[in-house]
Amino acid sequence: MEPHYQHLYEILANAQGYIFPNEIDLQWGILIVVYPFITGLVAGAFILASLERVFKVKILKPTYQIALLTALSFLLVATMPLISHLSQPQRAYEIMITPNSSSAMAIFGFVYLWYLMVVLLLEIWFDYRHSMVVWSNEKKGVIKWVYKVLTLGVSDISPRTVKWDRKLGYIITVIGIPSAFILHGYVGFIFGSIKANPWWSTPLMPIIFLFSAMVSGISLVMLVYMVISHIRKKVIDVNVLDAIGKYLFFVLILDFTLEGLDQIQRIYEAEESFEIIKLLVSGKLYLTLFVAQGLVGTIIPLITLAFLQFYKHKIKLRKTMYFIVSILVLIGVYSMRWNVVIGGQLFSKSFSGFTSFKVGLIGLDGTLMAAFWLILPIGILAFLLWLLPPWKMVEEEE
Amino acid sequence: MSQSTSAMGNEKIKSSRRKFLKSAATLAGATIGYSWLKSSQVLLFAAEPKDESLPWYGIVIDIQKCIGCGICAKACKNENDVPIEPFFFRTWIEQYTVKNDGSVNIVSPNGGIDGFKQTVPDEDIFKSFFVPKMCNHCSKSPCEQVCPVGATYLSPEGVVLIDEKYCIGCRYCVQACPYGCRFMHPVKKVANKCTLCYHRLKKNLAPACMEVCPTGARMYGNLRDKESELVKFLKEHTTQVLRPNLNTGAKLYYNALSSEVR
Repeated sequence: MEPHYQHLYEILANAQGYIFPNEIDLQWGILIVVYPFITGLVAGAFILASLERVFKVKILKPTYQIALLTALSFLLVATMPLISHLSQPQRAYEIMITPNSSSAMAIFGFVYLWYLMVVLLLEIWFDYRHSMVVWSNEKKGVIKWVYKVLTLGVSDISPRTVKWDRKLGYIITVIGIPSAFILHGYVGFIFGSIKANPWWSTPLMPIIFLFSAMVSGISLVMLVYMVISHIRKKVIDVNVLDAIGKYLFFVLILDFTLEGLDQIQRIYEAEESFEIIKLLVSGKLYLTLFVAQGLVGTIIPLITLAFLQFYKHKIKLRKTMYFIVSILVLIGVYSMRWNVVIGGQLFSKSFSGFTSFKVGLIGLDGTLMAAFWLILPIGILAFLLWLLPPWKMVEEEE
Repeated sequence: MSQSTSAMGNEKIKSSRRKFLKSAATLAGATIGYSWLKSSQVLLFAAEPKDESLPWYGIVIDIQKCIGCGICAKACKNENDVPIEPFFFRTWIEQYTVKNDGSVNIVSPNGGIDGFKQTVPDEDIFKSFFVPKMCNHCSKSPCEQVCPVGATYLSPEGVVLIDEKYCIGCRYCVQACPYGCRFMHPVKKVANKCTLCYHRLKKNLAPACMEVCPTGARMYGNLRDKESELVKFLKEHTTQVLRPNLNTGAKLYYNALSSEVR
């Protein structure tokens, strides 16, 4: 017997109630949990960067480039879990060549490319062009040529051109904000538009995805800022943390409210799927929903952040608290993705039973692979920070 | 004063009326134009095909006739090269047992291929019946809607089919089907489902499951042909589709469908 079947027989033996026979095997595994988590980080990090740029939040300046490069690092990897979960990955390009216009998923390639090519890369390029020209003149050897290539031959650094860089970068940021909203709201729509699945099908899904994306992206940038400062042996500016923490606090409140609203609506309307969903959240999702997402990822960070809004003493303690909060929030948002993606497949569409899910360690759809896709962007970020160090950029007068 | 005001008012009304009529005409024109352009699609989605020379297939399953022998599910697997493991079914049979206490016991061991054994003691049974399941060949099928590359499509005869050479294996269609009719073929590595034995239909042969059903519980036919057995049956019986609230345009009609069935 093939190991795959062996695994399915085990699940079949543990199925509860009645499930359609084709539902034993979960169609979307851990990679599809990782995918919205990564895109969420991208959108959230970008929105934080935009805050600084468009709304001129000066205090966030030290995190601006970090946020952009973080967004880029994760965006470069975002498609990989998707493509590697396909049964026919060699046909993935078909989604770009012959997209089915009625499919929410078909638009992904275009939204992705728009966001990568038009928004992120251009914005980073305009932002770094001046510095890259200077670096290409200063450095020697291969790296000199790398910078030269990256400037795309535009080596004019007259004040007028540099001013244009800034202007165009600003315009792209303005375009980028709705783009980031679309990128992740769209990911929510992929789930929210599936009317067959009552756990997914809610018009709030894109908005919930968006706000949880912002929550996770902001936390990640805060974390990355702290880690980078630590590695560079620079003092972590607690005022920066306070500013990010304030945004995180407000967005987390909104996120919590929206998700709460979604659940209250479900409970109050109590449609035909209510009983099975009640069993789902109180059983198979109890740990990941109430403990990981609710308590660890939302309630504890909310209380801590509320406390930090008026507690302005011991700087070291505050930093530690921000550090812990950012990690807890990331755990919470990852759990949220898990609860949506895996939770939505655990109950039968007959509303009469449950299948179960066990993540394998190895294989294309296993934990190691998922961990790889989560760690790879960190490696890319380290490389980008080395190549394009924000702290060595040419200072421009405002 | 009042006269001039009213005169001015009239003038105003006239001009605003003209404006209104103009925009109303434009809107109406645009709507008619649009609906004319879209008319073919509207027709198609209203469960009537464009090509009148072709049949528009519908299915009837008479729950009162099903005896749960499971031969249909077995024949389907043989005919369509469906793996024999109990996780892949183009059609299967469910046994519903409503107990006296109101609880419902639903089972489908190996899709019903090996038949059923009633495990609920007779004295506890309020009622029991079998429900064969298969693709509903929806005219507004969610699976077709979500396929990112259009590998799933509705044939001109109203049969939902999959282009196996085109499917990228994203499994979105499996998620979108509310009836659990789709699965990933473990060997072909693409989505798979009932084709209403399209290869047989093309040769004027009945789908395998219907061919072998000893009681004639399953029927297929041309919904456009008002003289067909199928349409006659639909006229004479009160039938229902599964999950009508989802508006999938299901063309699988059940006779004597009990409210417990989803």
